[in-house]
Amino acid sequence: MIRTAAAVLRKDLLIEWRTKEAVPAMALFTVTVYVLFHFGLDRDSLDGELASGVLWVTLLLAAVIGVTRLFAAEREQGGLDAFLLAPVDRTAMFVAKAAALFVYLVALEIVAVPAFAVLLLGPDLFDGLPELVLILLLADVGLAAVGALVSALAAESRARELIVPLLLLPLVVPLLIGAASATEPLFRAGGEPEDLGRYLALLGGYDLVFLLIALAVFDFLLDD
Amino acid sequence: MFSKGLRPLAVAAVVTTLAAFALVFFYAPLDADQGFVQKIFYVHVPMAIVALGGFVAAGIMAIKHLRTGDSSWDLRSYVAIHLSIILGTGVLITGAIWAKASWGHWWVWDEPVLVSFLIVFLLYCVYYPLRFSIEDPERQARYSSVFAIAAGAFVPINFTAVRLAEAVTHPRVLSQTGGSLPGEMRLTFLVCILAMTLLFVTLWKLELTAKRTSAQLKRLRSRLELRAQAAG
Repeated sequence: MIRTAAAVLRKDLLIEWRTKEAVPAMALFTVTVYVLFHFGLDRDSLDGELASGVLWVTLLLAAVIGVTRLFAAEREQGGLDAFLLAPVDRTAMFVAKAAALFVYLVALEIVAVPAFAVLLLGPDLFDGLPELVLILLLADVGLAAVGALVSALAAESRARELIVPLLLLPLVVPLLIGAASATEPLFRAGGEPEDLGRYLALLGGYDLVFLLIALAVFDFLLDD
Repeated sequence: MFSKGLRPLAVAAVVTTLAAFALVFFYAPLDADQGFVQKIFYVHVPMAIVALGGFVAAGIMAIKHLRTGDSSWDLRSYVAIHLSIILGTGVLITGAIWAKASWGHWWVWDEPVLVSFLIVFLLYCVYYPLRFSIEDPERQARYSSVFAIAAGAFVPINFTAVRLAEAVTHPRVLSQTGGSLPGEMRLTFLVCILAMTLLFVTLWKLELTAKRTSAQLKRLRSRLELRAQAAG
């Protein structure tokens, strides 16, 4: 299964590398949203809960773009039919898609977080950077698991572009609560973490539960 | 198949609901703090509990559907979600009325139960567009079941997360339902939960019977048309 998943993942990343479809669009989107927040809030620099809220809401909205595109090529080009014909474990498709989404999100954050620090963040980003990286990675795991599941759920629907945000955003509210609350003290002057363990436990628990659920039900979305 | 025992169930639901109303208005004492407004508690809380129970039950029925491949379990799950959404609308409205009367605002963000309920409600509202934008009936049943399972598991996670977000706990009436509710109020509350549950199950069975009957009628009609065509 790992080998199949690695092959599909390699194919996805190669397509993304050549077409540059999802990640540049997501990065462009985040910078645009920062500009919108600058004018919408009429603030030149943000700190504390406002900064952490703006960053996380922007990242989650950008993730919607990636999730919408995740299965699009597969359906349009008939890649899924070929995959179903092959004598391989179907769960490999979920693992590959979630891993691809995880890579997209990490790539996005490498651009979006420094851009946020330059454009909007008041305090210095480097004060709490190790903790922030940990929070980002934990949130990305959960987002990748839920995103791959939602993308597969919406793939058969006539109204895919409509269903993905409506389905994904309520599902990631616990993720937003954990990530934004854990990030908020890091974005205050000084950047000392506060209650970090509690929120990391929430993120970790969310990741675990949704990975298990997605692995359990994903086969039923492909079975034809 | 679904209509079995519907009549006695309906009678029991009506009797318990009437009893619950009688207890609420004539037996349960007035709340010393909130007065008459507190009576909305006997509608609001049972409705919320039964709606959440309905969502979780729909998830379990969906597991049964995916396990057995029997599409009647998908129908059961769908009707349970449908009724829970209707109750959920009632929960949000009565919650807002209660909040306005006792706290002075229509909506309070620092009430974790209310906020969690809104998130769950928003998520389940997407069940309809998802279900009805998939044309193939077999696939529609399968995808809806996957949704029902994932969303059912989401309910407890969401409640934990929203509660964690509350740094300062707000004094709540709901937290008293466990032990410190006085005897008469407690009895009334339990009867109200029972009445709401019976009402839910009755409506659920009724809707299932109606759906089954109309499907049968459709099948008979098309068979009749085929026969008429063959004869003519």
